[in-house]
Amino acid sequence: MTTPPQSFLELRDLRIHFPTEDGLVKSVDGLSFKLDRGKTLGIVGESGSGKSVTSLGILGLHKGGGAKISGEIWLDGEELVTADQDHVRTLRGKKMAMIFQDPLSSMHPYYSVGAQIIEAYRIHHKVSKAVARKHAIDLLGRVGIPQPDKRVDDYPHQFSGGMRQRAMIAMSLSCDPELLIADEPTTALDVTVQAQILDLMTDLQREFNSALIIITHDLGVVAELSDDILVMYGGKCIEYGSAEDIFYRPEHPYTWGLLGSMPRLDREPTERLLPIKGTPPSLINVPSGCAFNPRCTFTDRTEGRSTSEVPELAETEGGHLVRCHMSREERRSIWDNEIKPMMEST
Amino acid sequence: MLRFVVRRLALLVPILLGLSILLFLWVRALPGGPAEALLGERATPEAVERVRRLYGLDRPWYEQYFTWVGNLLRGDLGVSTRTQHPVLEELLRTFPATMELALTAMIFAVGVGIPLGYFAARRHGSWLDHLSVAGSLFGITIPVFFLGYMLKFVFAEKLGILPTDGRQDPLLDVVHPTGFYVLDGLVSGNLEAFADAFQHLILPGIALGTIPLAIVVRITRASVLDVLHEDYVRTAEAKGLKPATIRGRHVLRNAMLPIITIIGLQVGLLLGGAVLTETVFAFPGFGKFIADSIMARDYAVLQGFILFTAVVFVLVNLLVDIAYGLIDPRVRVA
Repeated sequence: MTTPPQSFLELRDLRIHFPTEDGLVKSVDGLSFKLDRGKTLGIVGESGSGKSVTSLGILGLHKGGGAKISGEIWLDGEELVTADQDHVRTLRGKKMAMIFQDPLSSMHPYYSVGAQIIEAYRIHHKVSKAVARKHAIDLLGRVGIPQPDKRVDDYPHQFSGGMRQRAMIAMSLSCDPELLIADEPTTALDVTVQAQILDLMTDLQREFNSALIIITHDLGVVAELSDDILVMYGGKCIEYGSAEDIFYRPEHPYTWGLLGSMPRLDREPTERLLPIKGTPPSLINVPSGCAFNPRCTFTDRTEGRSTSEVPELAETEGGHLVRCHMSREERRSIWDNEIKPMMEST
Repeated sequence: MLRFVVRRLALLVPILLGLSILLFLWVRALPGGPAEALLGERATPEAVERVRRLYGLDRPWYEQYFTWVGNLLRGDLGVSTRTQHPVLEELLRTFPATMELALTAMIFAVGVGIPLGYFAARRHGSWLDHLSVAGSLFGITIPVFFLGYMLKFVFAEKLGILPTDGRQDPLLDVVHPTGFYVLDGLVSGNLEAFADAFQHLILPGIALGTIPLAIVVRITRASVLDVLHEDYVRTAEAKGLKPATIRGRHVLRNAMLPIITIIGLQVGLLLGGAVLTETVFAFPGFGKFIADSIMARDYAVLQGFILFTAVVFVLVNLLVDIAYGLIDPRVRVA
């Protein structure tokens, strides 16, 4: 047993593998990061990069399909992977909570919004229904639902999409969780509502001083909110750093691709986006060497190591980690001289 | 909710009206008639004509129809040409028997089927799951009369632990205030009669309930499997709910809708489809009475019984619809 970390949340070499008929799916393959209270971590990646499985794994909800988990998850001095699952259950909802992607399918259709918040609250607090109901109304008011004393008895289908996500957030916050994980919290919402929900989440995070993980494929979402950003590819972290590092000094070709494919209002609408060619890798037959090598345009600059050797996640400067075979100087020169000018070419 | 029920009950009127006309024409479209059936093959045309006139069968069909409907509205279903008893009396005698049988079959099907389907879904891919799928296929395909005779052979003949046929031991001294023999035993405080009537229901109940059982197992398994993968079940887990609470409150309640639908449809089938079971077990019920009445071209009985079945069927499905609204707020009518 290793020593408990100083950080509020720390993952050490987390691996979550699913055996299937076609082979072992390595959804999460050696992921490590730290997160303190009051801080926000954005986890970014394409579909199938392992970001959602990571969050489910932290909550202990990765089971099904005979998932195999290894590594360590430390939450406030407690290790969760080897902990008694019944104990982990008592932490769910109270110490750590999750906001899911699609609030319509994630809320139970047969129970009123209030009943679902009351249920969440009463699992962890031995209070009467009336007290829990007051708490639910209070929460709905705080997340900006008008007339919460009336809407508390409405069913999810009677709420609009944005209101449902607010209600979902209210439910997640019902027990003042210290760790809040939001899995694509705004994907199902339209853009104006997205901004409102993101504002709400940061306000509430400040109020509760909780640690927040935002999982998304949308760099725009994490840009504003995150202190740190973790870019995932093929179940691994390929770049990690502060938001400034990732947006102003990115060093991994995949991160360059993500930034180049992001639509921006300050560019001409006629200008083409720079997509990343190819498709995300299979998590069963991960490409040998660097998992990104089939889609990378810089493989000729690594003396063939791209396809033969898995690159290490190495620190380039002050907590900025990159998993790439190219040298730091080479990466910076490519960014400064080739990528950045191309992205600012208007 | 009340308006919904009233509206649905009002809908019964056109349904029954249409059905009664179709029914009326259908029984008359059968070759032969009650007079021929009563008098046998060697009856003279004059005798047949006399009997036809006696029952008013010589008049045009619409006249007969209006007379029948008029009597029906006064609660008079006519007289059976076969037994010479009032149809209503026959109905009140045979329906409780079949109702008891159908309920036994349904309790068997639901009581065994829902837990079996549920556990098959929870242990998806296990031997229990495979066994339930294979077993239910077997249950659907096995002919009722064959199963009935096999049950009788094993449990009544060989083991001798259950009665072979009938509704009750004729040697018992019993009274029948309700016509439901199991209930009669209870209300009259005659526990021996109660136990005897119940024992008589077990084998035919199993024989009749096997097909519904197989269907309930399959539907339950499929809908529980569906619900288990729903996002809101994962949300319930993320809240930290106990697994048992999740199963009861979040999984089973949602899986109930398709199950209830099937149960509603099966009840209708059980009432009409008990003929084979009732024949095998010499059970004096509704289905067997209808089958005999078809042979005798007993118009009044056929019309009355089938119309009654339709009313029961519609009412059961009305209950199903009400249950829908109670379970799922999205289909609740304002």
